[in-house]
Amino acid sequence: MTQGPVLLSVRGLRKSFGATEVLRGIDLDVHERELVFIIGPSGSGKSTLLRCCNRLEEPSSGSIIVDGTDLMARGTDINLLRRRIGMVFQNFNLYPHMTALGNVMLALRRVLKKPRAEAEEIARAALARVGLADKAANYPTELSGGQQQRVAIARAVALDPKIMLFDEPTSALDPELVGSVLATMRELRESGMTMMVVSHEMGFARAAADRVLFMDQGEIIEQGPPTQIFEDPREARTRAFVQQINRH
Amino acid sequence: MNPASPAAAMTNWQAFLFTFFDAKTMATYAPKIAQGFLLTVELAILIVISGLALGLFLAVVRSFRIRPLNWLIVFAVDLFRALPPLVIIVFFYFGLPVVGLGFEGFTTTWLALTLVLAAFAEEIFWAGILAVPKGQWEAARSTGLGFLGTLGWVVLPQAIRMTIPPLTNRTIAITKGTALGSVVAVAEILSTAQSAMAESANPSPLTLGAIAYIILFVPVVIAGRWIETRFAWKR
Ligand SMILES: Nc1ncnc2c1ncn2[C@@H]1O[C@H](COP(=O)(O)OP(=O)(O)O)[C@@H](O)[C@H]1O
Ligand SMILES: [Mg+2]
Repeated sequence: MTQGPVLLSVRGLRKSFGATEVLRGIDLDVHERELVFIIGPSGSGKSTLLRCCNRLEEPSSGSIIVDGTDLMARGTDINLLRRRIGMVFQNFNLYPHMTALGNVMLALRRVLKKPRAEAEEIARAALARVGLADKAANYPTELSGGQQQRVAIARAVALDPKIMLFDEPTSALDPELVGSVLATMRELRESGMTMMVVSHEMGFARAAADRVLFMDQGEIIEQGPPTQIFEDPREARTRAFVQQINRH
Repeated sequence: MNPASPAAAMTNWQAFLFTFFDAKTMATYAPKIAQGFLLTVELAILIVISGLALGLFLAVVRSFRIRPLNWLIVFAVDLFRALPPLVIIVFFYFGLPVVGLGFEGFTTTWLALTLVLAAFAEEIFWAGILAVPKGQWEAARSTGLGFLGTLGWVVLPQAIRMTIPPLTNRTIAITKGTALGSVVAVAEILSTAQSAMAESANPSPLTLGAIAYIILFVPVVIAGRWIETRFAWKR
């Protein structure tokens, strides 16, 4: 794998909800142009880890540095930093009162303060990139789940982020719609986007991931290239999980 | 007299017509009631604009979740929802002059009903804001949009759409409430109809008043339905 400079650096990250510690000391470096794929049982803290990386969740302790900026430092303008961190959610979370184009344009207009014409141009290009140029005028309810998720990807990509976080992007989709979203993610990856992906799509991981992390109970248990993690895991817990996933 | 005879029935019918639909009385007092109608419209429009605006403002303030401020808002909202509007009007009309804040009946009614509508509207807007899924906030915030930007561009447009039916009901209710102004000498529909009835010793002006209220409410109901369909989107 090509090892660029470190883009995301997580050190000693802990997160508790009340008395339960959900992340128990995470150390992780994601390099530029790298695709890190995260697997692990439900409740192991995968979403919480991603959400800490753009401070949708407030870490309890530890440090997170994104593109040279300390996410937790007092002086950090979190809104400024978030422009550089794209996020794609399991449930798409498109704005239902706006068209696909409106969804993509909102942050271009109101965050990056682009003039309307320029914002529209960028948004249309982003929609074209995810194969939805012809759906610009459609509202989310008029789109399939797969199309909605691609609009959500376009919404994040349009801001030209340095890194993109995907939290189970295909889990809410009917099986026949998964492929189109994965293809879009492949295209992004090939264009050099740095990505952190939580997913159960092992086929995608084999084909596109540089590194697979296995998480359990708030810790990274094991990590390595996809072939190693899927075919020859060192840890018993990883093996049990991979077997269970493969059965499905 | 035999009540079953046709002549007696006619008499009753004519008595009924004379009581509620006496053309002469109606013609005499129609201009006065028309004036009352215009005043009611003016009062209602002012109340609806200021009440909804204040209610929305309070709901937005509440969304900042500043504890002491929210306690204050919740207390005031509960108070103005609990008290009968008539009590508030009378209290303001006779109570405020004591502290040097005397207003005439029109202003008093406007103020009291504005606060009542604002209280109900705040609760409705707030429920709407809470009903917008958390994922909407997160998606917008993840693009770098700030709290107010997210509220204004993403959450409120959805919240307000959800609240149009209950807000329409409240708007109709508060418009009916303008009749309460009659107790503090506001010459709105009910008040003009009542004094016309007293003067003419005939209830027909009340019929005119009822017609005036119908003329007032038909457009409100139609507008509410139109807004509902206009801003609805498939879920
Ligand atoms: N907002 C929250 N409040 C309380 N507990 C939470 C919250 N979010 C997540 N958790 C808990 O944290 C644990 C990890 O959750 P999550 O990161 O969503 O796991 P995963 O994405 O791996 O399924 C779970 O036990 C979950 O119940
Ligand atoms: Mg999750």
